[in-house]
Amino acid sequence: MEDIAIKVEHVSKSFKLPHEKSGSIKNVLINFARRQKGYEIQQVLHDASFEIKKGEFFGIVGRNGSGKSTLLKILAGIYTPTTGSIQVNGKLTPFIELGVGFNPELTGRENVFLNGALLGFSRKDMAAMYDDIVEFAELEKFMDQKLKNYSSGMQVRLAFSIAIRAQSDILVLDEVLAVGDEAFQRKCNDYFAAIKKTGQTVVLVTHDMTSIRKYCTRAILLSEGKIVLSESPDNVANEYTFLNLETGVAKVHGGKFPTGLNALVPALEIVPISKRVLTSSDTFEFTINYQITKDIPVRFGISLIDERSGSATSVFDDQIKDDKGELVATSVQKGKYSFRYKVPLHRFNDRDFTITATLYEIVGDKAEVIAYTAEERVGRFVVRGGEPDGGLLKEKGRWIT
Amino acid sequence: MNRIKAIFSKQNRALLSELVRTDFKLRYQGSALGYAWSLLRPLFMFVILYIVFVKAFPLGKGVPHYPVYLFMGIILWNFFSEMTNQSLGSIVGRGDLIRKISIPRWVIVFSSSISALINLGLNLIVLAIFMALNHVDIMGSIIFLPLILLEVYIFALGISLFLAALFVKFRDVSYIWEVIIQAGFYLTPILYPLSKITNLTFQKLILLNPMAQGLQDARYAVISHNPVVVTTNQLFNGGWYGMIPYVIVLMVLVSGLVYFKSQASSFAENI
Repeated sequence: MEDIAIKVEHVSKSFKLPHEKSGSIKNVLINFARRQKGYEIQQVLHDASFEIKKGEFFGIVGRNGSGKSTLLKILAGIYTPTTGSIQVNGKLTPFIELGVGFNPELTGRENVFLNGALLGFSRKDMAAMYDDIVEFAELEKFMDQKLKNYSSGMQVRLAFSIAIRAQSDILVLDEVLAVGDEAFQRKCNDYFAAIKKTGQTVVLVTHDMTSIRKYCTRAILLSEGKIVLSESPDNVANEYTFLNLETGVAKVHGGKFPTGLNALVPALEIVPISKRVLTSSDTFEFTINYQITKDIPVRFGISLIDERSGSATSVFDDQIKDDKGELVATSVQKGKYSFRYKVPLHRFNDRDFTITATLYEIVGDKAEVIAYTAEERVGRFVVRGGEPDGGLLKEKGRWIT
Repeated sequence: MNRIKAIFSKQNRALLSELVRTDFKLRYQGSALGYAWSLLRPLFMFVILYIVFVKAFPLGKGVPHYPVYLFMGIILWNFFSEMTNQSLGSIVGRGDLIRKISIPRWVIVFSSSISALINLGLNLIVLAIFMALNHVDIMGSIIFLPLILLEVYIFALGISLFLAALFVKFRDVSYIWEVIIQAGFYLTPILYPLSKITNLTFQKLILLNPMAQGLQDARYAVISHNPVVVTTNQLFNGGWYGMIPYVIVLMVLVSGLVYFKSQASSFAENI
């Protein structure tokens, strides 16, 4: 038990959904007289059980309405489970939303202490953490100004600094990673990388598969209130991507497939793992996910396209080859497949790039295009921080005379 | 014992003081006179009632130090109505907090009650000034005042907890309570001396109300022992019936606590 931070046992949660706003005595009386229930029961979580060990960076993934926020609120003690039980070892600090209780009429300093008290820290605790928080938020000069005079970015930075500087055994974070400007994001990245070493337990709920892959040591996938997968972050992130693709196809397009896709290949997309804004010393990493509904041999190829050159010419094309340099099929059976690829960027100047993928069916010694990426399913990234108006490549020729 | 310790833990005390502090800081935000309004409001109220009930329609003839007597009634009733009204909406008003963090719910009701207590304290200072101006002799019985105030506070707290929890489910409660407070103002001998009511049964019924009993006791303890200031104990000649207000206070507190506790865990989903 000592090495377990949170133990969730057979937790279910259902809500009473009132038919209309029955917040009046009149409606209650009417419903009582008619012997009607004024509500319907909606089951949001079904029998969820899992354990989070101390020091784990635990991810919770799921589509909207899958019950992940409800689960989070149960972990945080905001909701009580209808059945089942939760055990928490140590001090748990939840951040369902940043800056809860922030008051625009108070100064930055007063808000830090108020927020801290709401999160369960005494004034003494907060005084000890205060300098660290302010420094991390980079707001030293503004702490005696009223919060209403802060820009929204500054408010978020302050709130986020309280969140990650809170000296708590277990941190519960909900979709709060995407805040602040580029420099602040990088700082947070470093912080999360560091947190993995300090042994603080973190529970992270997010839509962002990049952070799941990057930080989490374990993850669960929720779908319709049930835990469908509890595995390595990579597998969970892939499964989530497919789950999203399928429903995206069926629901958003009403049975009509988006450009480049069809019933044979209902899903094909490039999902960046790296950040979208990189320098030439970085590497752009991504996965290619596709789904095929028939048992046929297929292979895919990718192309890197420089936006300024246009899509007619690619910077390079690549396909999977075997040892002898022959093109090979990437799959022969129906199912979901996922491949990872990386592009070193040291050759490139500041440019905008697109990665596209094309899927071919292998027929004899020929290959026919059966699907390709378009619109939001291509991978986009930019290289910044180098020569702004150089050519595509850094390498140049040499002057002879 | 451990549970009581947990209730008043370091974190909860910090939260309580932070909420009260914020409330106080923001109350007179943007007004030129600021905190002075805490004293000026009851003063103005007093001036109006003084003109109407001392000068225009002298209701309090024969009551010693009637202006002070009147003022005592006003501040105690104001405390009761302010505390219950603020607490009633406190849980719903802090809905954003309750839905997003897990704080002990009772702290919210408690913090509005402390804001009301602070106001009562300020008003008592004004009362002391009036007593000096009106040459009220300080009596030894004044030491009972804190106990009487405690009783009124406990009564208001029980009602506050009950109303705050009930308001989460039924928004009609605020309108109903408004009417009850109005009626209570006239059913409690605040403006008129109890001696104006000639029917002894009515007198007895009125004094069974803990607010009326508390108010008369406070006047008796602080202002005058003149028989015009009838207290519950005197009216029932020290009989057992005189204990009824205390029993009511206790019952209100216990049922308020029990109901609040039973509802508290579902506040987050019901707001």
